[in-house]
Amino acid sequence: MKKSVFLGALTVAGVIAGGAAAATLDEVKARGKLNCGVTTGLVGFAAPDANGNWDGFDVGVCRAVAAAVLGDPAAVEFVPTTGKTRFTALASGEIDMLARNTTWTFSRDVDLKFTFVGVNYYDGQGFMVPKELGVSSATELDGATVCIQTGTTTELNLADYFRSNNISYEPVPIETNAEAQQQYLAGACDVYTTDASGLAATRATFENPGDHVLLPEIVSKEPLGPLVRHGDNEWGDIVRWTLNALVTAEELGVTSANIGDMSSAPGNNPEINRLLGTEGSLGEMLGVSADWAKNAIAAGGNYGELFEKNIGENTPIGLARGLNAQWTNGGLIYSPPFR
Amino acid sequence: MSDLGFVRTEMLPEQAPPATTVGAIGWARQNLFNGISNSVLTVLSLVFIYYILAAMLPWLLSPTWGAESLNECREINGSGHGGACWGVISERWLQLMFGFYPPEYYWRPIAAFLLLGVALAPVLFDTAPRKLLIFTPLYPFFGAWLLWGGTIWNPLAALAGFVLGYYAYKVVAAAAGSLAGVIAAALVPVLWWLFLAGPVAGALSSILPIGIQAVESRAFGGFMLSITIGVTAILCSLPLGIVLALGRQSDLLIVKALCVGFIEFIRGVPLITLLFVASTLLNIFMPPGTNFDIILRVMIMVTLFAAAYMAEVVRGGLAALPTGQYEAADALGLDYWKAQRLVIMPQALKISIPGIVSTFIGVFKDTTLVSIIGLLDPLGLSNAIRADAAWNGIVWEIYGFIALMFFVFCFSMSRYSMYLERKLKTSH
Repeated sequence: MKKSVFLGALTVAGVIAGGAAAATLDEVKARGKLNCGVTTGLVGFAAPDANGNWDGFDVGVCRAVAAAVLGDPAAVEFVPTTGKTRFTALASGEIDMLARNTTWTFSRDVDLKFTFVGVNYYDGQGFMVPKELGVSSATELDGATVCIQTGTTTELNLADYFRSNNISYEPVPIETNAEAQQQYLAGACDVYTTDASGLAATRATFENPGDHVLLPEIVSKEPLGPLVRHGDNEWGDIVRWTLNALVTAEELGVTSANIGDMSSAPGNNPEINRLLGTEGSLGEMLGVSADWAKNAIAAGGNYGELFEKNIGENTPIGLARGLNAQWTNGGLIYSPPFR
Repeated sequence: MSDLGFVRTEMLPEQAPPATTVGAIGWARQNLFNGISNSVLTVLSLVFIYYILAAMLPWLLSPTWGAESLNECREINGSGHGGACWGVISERWLQLMFGFYPPEYYWRPIAAFLLLGVALAPVLFDTAPRKLLIFTPLYPFFGAWLLWGGTIWNPLAALAGFVLGYYAYKVVAAAAGSLAGVIAAALVPVLWWLFLAGPVAGALSSILPIGIQAVESRAFGGFMLSITIGVTAILCSLPLGIVLALGRQSDLLIVKALCVGFIEFIRGVPLITLLFVASTLLNIFMPPGTNFDIILRVMIMVTLFAAAYMAEVVRGGLAALPTGQYEAADALGLDYWKAQRLVIMPQALKISIPGIVSTFIGVFKDTTLVSIIGLLDPLGLSNAIRADAAWNGIVWEIYGFIALMFFVFCFSMSRYSMYLERKLKTSH
């Protein structure tokens, strides 16, 4: 449907003319653009710059998939979604994939009928308190007022944690992270709780970050990853293995700097050769071009590069790799082999 | 009796009034220090204003327009609670205005906005040249074409629907009566838009490709989005509201039931619910792969919402009109539409002006709700801007800027409504 949709009536005509769903891969190829759902803005993960170009850790995944499928990391239409609209946007086909720091849970996978293709960031819910409160552990927070975003898994985790530790708290419901920052700094609550990555990013913006501490307790598992709809496994495979390619590239030392050399001719390492398409036919099995992984890695670098550039220790957010280190370095980031 | 001591034969020259009653002093005495309690109040107010300004001005006047990140602002302002960080506005104000619209085409929304003024001028001010009225009905199509671009045949095909409707009314009304004419006038354009307009526009554009670069709705954002949605809703809701208000007073049972049902249903539902319907529910109902523009969906919902409120405002005006006016119109032998057009509506609308403008302002501000369904209006963009690592943590400056812009628009609407009320006042 290439008609530019213009007035309501014209659009309705377009609706009637619309065809049945084709395979997502064919649709994306026909469209020439990947529709990728991202957040409306989260520091380090997705944000538009002054020229309207999106950048961030989740955005990097979108660009890698676009590069793998279409050969062009810029062929992405970023669709900003909120916590309330993201799942419908994916389920209805408005977007082809969602890379919006979404926690992989049982019900989202099974009940909402999505396929989480992997985890690109292992997060967990933490607590931030002012240093002057003199608290060193979440178990000392009896009777504290807690700023918490409504309608998220953090709200439920908090209730679970405090109930199981038999301590009381008073929730201060807030809508957005920005509001939370203001409320917390104004002293409306003693504690601010959200994902640890978000806490670190928030604390980095304070005028005196040293006056606030993150408590050591991580009270939940928040594996964040990209997801696709149930029912199109070929498309799911493409997104999954693009993510895996980024991870494998870091493990094998393939970076955006040396990928040109490595992919020009088969080297000594057969797995690198298979990954970059100089040997074997992995791309063909996936239904994309042979140099799909090379394009994906060249788009924004391998997993480690994306991490360092957007949320790593040299950025204002300053997250350590921690759980998100490669399995060879004691982390959880692990890709199945390319064989 | 000629020994009158003194009779003045010429007028004394006029003397200047006492210095204490004219000029700045006189004004101050009369308005600020008129009695003890007023003097006390004046002094207290001045102290209050001074404290506010003393707190605000240093913050407002901080020299941070060139800063490129919040940290740089903090360095410029020094430690402590320095001043505002205006760098974010100077870097992002274009984005707050136009969203993601391609910069090389910024002239298009600007032209559309200016032409909106031209199109509205003859409607709003009776001193504007009447000939502009020809442009006014064409503007919606031309303005939309400027904003979205694409082939010129799309807006022309949409316009053709109205022309067809007009002729359908003429032909059918002459042949089968007025009611059939109205039905034909409604039915023919809809059929045209649904089944023929698209292919015809496509065929014409393949024969004669005239057009400008198309811009997708997704690129719309910032105030441009708010104004586009707001203006569409405002312009469409007034006629729709009038029709609904008339329908609600109609003697025809079905028409009345439909209008009452529509008005009460829409008014009974919060706007945000309608927006969620537009953004999520419609998506699920429509076949996958359909491309029903999200901004269009939102525009339709906001328009329907505003129309329901407008209908009730207009109904208030109709109810305030003395029955004598209806009877006078009947006595003159006017038919229903003529009576409405010449006698009832001019008076009813005049009564409703404050309510109508109030609804307009409300609708315009309600457009910020679209940020909840992921559209990047100014409020949505404020969140996106804060997500930039350089500006994370900035709140007041962005919200202040957005508030100022909204104030400018809403205040000018409000002043216009007061001007109109003065102009149409007949009670002197």
